[in-house]
Amino acid sequence: MAVDPLIELRDVNKYYGELHVLQDIDLTVGKGEVVVVIGPSGSGKSTLCRTINRLETIQSGQIRLDGQPLPEEGKALAQLRSEVGMVFQSFNLFAHKTVLQNVSLGQVKVRGRKKDEADQRSRELLERVGLASQAAKYPAQLSGGQQQRVAIARALAMDPKVMLFDEPTSALDPEMINEVLEVMQQLARDGMTMVVVTHEMGFARSAANRVVFMADGRVVEDRAPEDFFTHPESERARDFLSKILKH
Amino acid sequence: MDVLTDNFSTFGDGFLGTVELTVYASLLALALGFVMASFRVAPVGSLRVFGAVWVAVLRNTPLTLLFFAVLLGLPRFGLVLPFEVFAVLALGCYTSAFICEALRSGINTVPTGQGEAARSLGMTFSQTLSGVVLPQAFRSVISPVGSTLIALAKNSAIAGAFSVTELLGTYKTLNELGYSIIWTFVWIALGYLIITLAISAVFNILEKRWGVAR
Repeated sequence: MAVDPLIELRDVNKYYGELHVLQDIDLTVGKGEVVVVIGPSGSGKSTLCRTINRLETIQSGQIRLDGQPLPEEGKALAQLRSEVGMVFQSFNLFAHKTVLQNVSLGQVKVRGRKKDEADQRSRELLERVGLASQAAKYPAQLSGGQQQRVAIARALAMDPKVMLFDEPTSALDPEMINEVLEVMQQLARDGMTMVVVTHEMGFARSAANRVVFMADGRVVEDRAPEDFFTHPESERARDFLSKILKH
Repeated sequence: MDVLTDNFSTFGDGFLGTVELTVYASLLALALGFVMASFRVAPVGSLRVFGAVWVAVLRNTPLTLLFFAVLLGLPRFGLVLPFEVFAVLALGCYTSAFICEALRSGINTVPTGQGEAARSLGMTFSQTLSGVVLPQAFRSVISPVGSTLIALAKNSAIAGAFSVTELLGTYKTLNELGYSIIWTFVWIALGYLIITLAISAVFNILEKRWGVAR
């Protein structure tokens, strides 16, 4: 890819005690690219996603965001995280705040926006994810799919350069998966740079520029989706695809 | 009944003394407990150690011993304050260790994912703590904090042994005047009951107001 690199990982290694969860990871994500990371559970794909905004620290290697190396803890790291939106498997909405407050909180605390201005922006984003009518409710009053769409709006409210999705549909009932995927598809069409850890092969096929296949802490394949799904090069990927695509 | 009516001002002074001790020591304990709980979950190692040592020392020292240490020890280092202030210091610091641990258990009830979500929005540690974690932690610790403050009110009786005017200490005066010791204690117990029931009532209201709002 000849585009501007936005995320660069070089020789990244991470251990949990003895377990070598990320092994010599090299990965570049260009501006506007949508990269889907797939692989069997325990392959390190979620960990990879979480290292990009330093929710997980690494033991060696380098991670750069827009040319800048990731800072250590502190103000600089907080600043960087505000540029990287993150959506979690378990939504992680703030349970004591309404939907509107969830989306506004970061804007007020981090971006220093006035409350009215933040609420205005929040309503626009809630409209965009189809939840404008739910603004006054608490997270527990929403379905899983609705909560995840709020979480996406909350991340977008910071106007991030890149969005990370850590298995965003894995905790959802089947009929709610599509409403979340549609929001993500729309984001991809709007040109957002996205790293998506998922098992949704349909999304990978239709929205991704590249598919990164991970197994046992390594990047095994990194290719265009159609190529990958029709002609996987590695035995490991063929085996994985045969297991998930059969049904 | 004579005990009470004849010595109403003695009881009154003692009662007010206990109320004052309880209020000031509670405020100190809540403030210090809050600070120590923040230390104990801070990303800075030295703060965590400080918080842990604070709790370990104060929670494991008998309160009477702590009163001796503060009232007799601090003046040796040139710190001379009214006994009432020393008593508030001793009671407040002692209770802060329990408040800290109650708060920390409350913090642990807030799912870690919410903290991660706040941090990934770019919120700093203190913003995450004050805006997301503590408001939810408070709701689950209202009842244990109430119990701790009730214990504080009763513990304040120890201050009487160090010439601070408080409720229990009134029995000495009245006993010397020849009043029935049993009735004296009944009225004293009633005095404590008024204070502790008032604390319970306040915390019941807080719990109704904030406890389950999710």
